[in-house]
Amino acid sequence: MKYRSVFDIIGPVMVGPSSSHTAGAARIGLMAGKLFGRTPLLAHITFYGSFADTYRGHGTDVAIVGGIMGFDTFDLRIPQALDIAKERGIEVVFETSDALTDHPNTARVRLEDEDGTFEIVGISIGGGTIEITELNGFPLKLSGGGPALVVLHHDRFGAIAAVTGILARHELNIGHMEVSRHEKGKQALMAIEIDDHLSKDVLAEIERLPQIERVAIFGE
Amino acid sequence: MFKSVEELVRTATERGIPISEVMIEQEVHVRRSTREDVVGMMERNLEVMEEAVARALEGVTSVTGLTGNDAVLMTDYIRSGKSLAGDLILDAVAKAIGTNEVNAAMGRICATPTAGSAGVVPGTLFAVKERLKMDRDAMVRYLFTSGAFGFVVANNASISGAAGGCQAEVGSATGMAAAAIVEAAGGTPEQSATAFAIALKNMLGLVCDPVAGLVEVPCVKRNAMGGANAIVAADMALAGITSRIPCDEVISAMHEIGQMMPTALKETARGGLANTPTARRLERNIFGEKENVEK
Repeated sequence: MKYRSVFDIIGPVMVGPSSSHTAGAARIGLMAGKLFGRTPLLAHITFYGSFADTYRGHGTDVAIVGGIMGFDTFDLRIPQALDIAKERGIEVVFETSDALTDHPNTARVRLEDEDGTFEIVGISIGGGTIEITELNGFPLKLSGGGPALVVLHHDRFGAIAAVTGILARHELNIGHMEVSRHEKGKQALMAIEIDDHLSKDVLAEIERLPQIERVAIFGE
Repeated sequence: MFKSVEELVRTATERGIPISEVMIEQEVHVRRSTREDVVGMMERNLEVMEEAVARALEGVTSVTGLTGNDAVLMTDYIRSGKSLAGDLILDAVAKAIGTNEVNAAMGRICATPTAGSAGVVPGTLFAVKERLKMDRDAMVRYLFTSGAFGFVVANNASISGAAGGCQAEVGSATGMAAAAIVEAAGGTPEQSATAFAIALKNMLGLVCDPVAGLVEVPCVKRNAMGGANAIVAADMALAGITSRIPCDEVISAMHEIGQMMPTALKETARGGLANTPTARRLERNIFGEKENVEK
């Protein structure tokens, strides 16, 4: 079940004109911005499929940039997001691609500054609901069956155990879990689907672990 | 979680509760929240819908100038007393147009189920509320009933124009509104499902061909027709007319049609109305010649 809440159908409250192209795009941007964790110097955005064909008319460009700056779907500053980005010193580059993707509404967002690069691929499946399909080159496969915790971490001994240990201590049950890494000892990713709501405290506790780079929640 | 309309109707009928209540209970469960919270969230969505209609009736124009002020024209026309279709239907039409005009102007709306189709559910709601003597609680229930049907469509077919054409957006919204009108009018859960089926059947095959890629033409007027269609479908179900094809099968057919539809007719602005000479001229006026990369 891709949609779990009635508020995915009656909602979101948003700035028009398109739930998949504007609100969905804002949410992809929000996720990218949240995971990057700071104001980027460069936001490089690639649109595929229907996004590539109609992004200007749907405000996909302003929405995704607004999202990167932390504007939610209903933020009335979204129409001015490109000007605001300029004021904040964010260089924005849009590119369109004819490459075939699994979903017609796909965007790739790469955020950069002196300290690093972060990249996600998001799809907007309709009504403002999104899925993140790729994170820093790691394919992300979430069933959508519940909230998912996504943890970027250093591939070190005990990192996975430390995270699952915290979940166990808070009596949070893991429904599905995937781990991946590009090469030994470098950046790695945990995607953990849990049966229950995850409180901010638990999130903060995981974030404080020494091996952890970044933590985010999907599907809540 | 209910997966089909059949299951939704069965649950409501067996337990003797309205469809809106089934949806509220499920939401409370999924969200691990209280009934009060869930109902409160929906009330806030209702307020956003009311604000959008109020703004539209003052007159609003989109950035491109392609759409706007038609809600005002329709409201004035109703007041003239010369209308043919009947005030209630045209009131729904005016408010559906209005919501989508605000959407096109990048104003704040509530997606139902999407932004491009955000006019149908509130438009019909605000039109029937007096006739059906709906209080605030009944108005909120209207949104939960709409949501319950949209939930099934979203999980079994699609509510995205890019994936399934406009039938997935305005079509779904029309069915959702028809089902909710039936409940508000005192019809049975089964009649809500019938109204949904009738409404969606009349939207099957509807392509998504936005002029210049904007959610303006023909989206705004399609919301108007969705509103009118929803009221007629609800009346048909309340009259005792049934749908030969069950609701869930209509939803499956919609999904199948969406998958068979060419990409040019699914929100890419490559075909249909978007590819008419006038649409291409409007597009050039608005955006100039298309560039591939812009900085």
